[in-house]
Amino acid sequence: MDLTRRELIRRATLAFVAFQAAPALKLARAADPTGTFPSPDPASAALAVPSWEAFADTLIPGAKRPLPGGDPAIAGAAEGPGAVQAGAVDLLYFPATGVEPILGPCVAELNMRAAGYDNTALTRQPGVAPFVALSFQQRTELVLQMFDGPDGALWEALGAVVFLAYHTAGHLNTATAVQTGHPGLAAIGFPAPLLGDLWWFQNHSYARELASLHPGTTVNGSPA
Amino acid sequence: MSTEKTDVLVIGTGFGGAIPAFHLAAGGAKVLMLERGPWLDTSDLSQDYQLGTYTRILDLVMGTGVEVIAGNCVGGSSVVYLAASMRAPTFVFERKANGVSQWPASVTRGSLDPWYDIVEENLPVAQQPWNEVSYSGGLWAGACARAGGTCNPVPVAVNLSQCGRCGWMATGCVYGAKRSMLTNYLPAAVSAGAEIRPLHEVQFIGPAASPGYRYAVNYLTINPDDYRAQTGGGVIEAKVVVCAAGALGTPVILKRSAQALGSIPNAVGRYFSPNGDHVSLALFNEDKVKELLGLERAPGVPYAAHSIGRSIGTTSFDQLDPSLPEGLRYALQQIYYPPIVNLMPEDGVEGDPVWFGADKKELSKKWPSWMSVLAMVEDENEGVFGTPPPTGNFTRLASAASLAQLTYKPSERTLAARADADVKVRSIVEQDGLGSFLEWKQTENSLSAHPLASCRMGDDPAISALDDHNELRGHPGLFVTDGSAVPTSLCVNPSITIAALAERAAPFIAQSAQAAGISVDYSEDRRPGSGQLHRPR
Repeated sequence: MDLTRRELIRRATLAFVAFQAAPALKLARAADPTGTFPSPDPASAALAVPSWEAFADTLIPGAKRPLPGGDPAIAGAAEGPGAVQAGAVDLLYFPATGVEPILGPCVAELNMRAAGYDNTALTRQPGVAPFVALSFQQRTELVLQMFDGPDGALWEALGAVVFLAYHTAGHLNTATAVQTGHPGLAAIGFPAPLLGDLWWFQNHSYARELASLHPGTTVNGSPA
Repeated sequence: MSTEKTDVLVIGTGFGGAIPAFHLAAGGAKVLMLERGPWLDTSDLSQDYQLGTYTRILDLVMGTGVEVIAGNCVGGSSVVYLAASMRAPTFVFERKANGVSQWPASVTRGSLDPWYDIVEENLPVAQQPWNEVSYSGGLWAGACARAGGTCNPVPVAVNLSQCGRCGWMATGCVYGAKRSMLTNYLPAAVSAGAEIRPLHEVQFIGPAASPGYRYAVNYLTINPDDYRAQTGGGVIEAKVVVCAAGALGTPVILKRSAQALGSIPNAVGRYFSPNGDHVSLALFNEDKVKELLGLERAPGVPYAAHSIGRSIGTTSFDQLDPSLPEGLRYALQQIYYPPIVNLMPEDGVEGDPVWFGADKKELSKKWPSWMSVLAMVEDENEGVFGTPPPTGNFTRLASAASLAQLTYKPSERTLAARADADVKVRSIVEQDGLGSFLEWKQTENSLSAHPLASCRMGDDPAISALDDHNELRGHPGLFVTDGSAVPTSLCVNPSITIAALAERAAPFIAQSAQAAGISVDYSEDRRPGSGQLHRPR
């Protein structure tokens, strides 16, 4: 585990330098002799967003969006908005998040792994990224493998960004996000600010003695 | 690179740095404080989870087997802490490992009590009466009582009359109510002439070249917009150095200094403890809260108040029984973690996945009925730091995410202590269906806000880097006064123990300064008073 983590550190650090993305992409292309795999040409950017949407939807699933031509990125495995609608992709690319430089090689690896997981995913839906072409169950199983794999901490870090999007609207001012109905904050029942962008609770306590003090408590409230 | 001189150089501005800096500056010494993080006033803080706001001052540092949350700003972790202020129980100071005392014989609860008194007066610490205990704290107390136990309101370093009970303590108190170092020791130190330099990250300490000066402290200046980038650097010579860069910083700086200093004690960077922190989640059944405990905070709303109120309300001391076997003594504390860690709880549904997916989404909808419980168990100081990174205390990946050369592998006994705490929490939470007990993911990992012991004090040089005056063995005039000096896990939140040890160290540091020719006096009656630190504009 220690060596794995060290390797992860090396990879994650190197990945911040843009040109270091090349080996991962080369690796990805090597695994894709048919040439349909996303490559570092302009088309890959078009596949990156749906790929990240599918990744985010695997972690916090939601209902499909009413898009023209359907919504292959969202599997529709849960009701109501999921991480995608909560802005997961926006947060992944949000400058302060700091992971944008590694998203290129990571999405290439995600799709490479998807192609390796189910080689029919490459051709099942022309123009659709392999990870997006997987079923929700397949996406889940693959992501579990990746979290448990040698780069697990890196993928969990990206997963953490997805959670920050849904649970904290990390790309938005929180007060604004609550007031404009951010779907994640609404779903978890995050309270609204009292006024403007300030939280302050007048009522905050049952104001009742609800247990006896431990007999070993000192006068300053500490354990003896 | 410029070289300048000062009497006393303090590395870090948290509890461990601010307290000695105040005493030495007030006593007449020229004091310079270097802080790796930015300088934010209370008016610069915000209640906002947008990345780029709180991430300026809060670091998530990932080691192997442990992840630590720590402050990164002027005021250090005192700016982001939850202000629970309890003295460590007597038995903690009596702990032994392999028959060897882990604490110096001169540091006992009794000998430290006068220093705790001073700290509690200076911060100051307030008792929370029951009408100041949050709904979560009240519910935890009620659950403990129903299970046959006791539960105490927690003393907090908060101005209760100024507090907004807002649930935003971890991102810095916008009301100035939290008694961080920004409200007491630091403004007093600055009033007495101490200078604070933010965004100055100390890299290593070596011998000074100038006669009369002992140490040369080498630093890099940090880009305020990207902490991964440096903007310059310099060297400052000092007669006395106080290293208080935190338990994740101090051992790295000292290990990197080993060659320049000749050698450093073997215990530097060993014996790290995450304070035995172990978190689990209680999901309460709202109907049962009303039925079994008679609680209702508003018509039809028994609880649903996870994020309302001060973060830490109550703690059960029932397991802090000195007659229990070592390793099975712990505090169980109700604590509110902001939703930035909502990834952590498992969904409680059999089968993979456990922390994401549709079931986790369903659990998230019940977030207002969640309550986190922090067990602070006795661990066995299992953490070890590896080779320092080229610069800094860790490898910074993004604004607030870093990787540390720190490995923590809990012993069987530490794991047993955590498991025992889980059993206890489950028995309290699940009695008669009051709620459900849920684990946090990767429970072999520790998530801690309480890093300790990585440069600890003691009597035995084989297991301690500092003597009982907080002086680094073999290096006169080089003191360590932060959480890294605390020898063991404390079974309570550590802030006032760190502060009390720093108060206790101040006269020893003053003596060393006098011996180095600095005109400085020390008085234990000297008090910082209350104030507000203001950043130079």
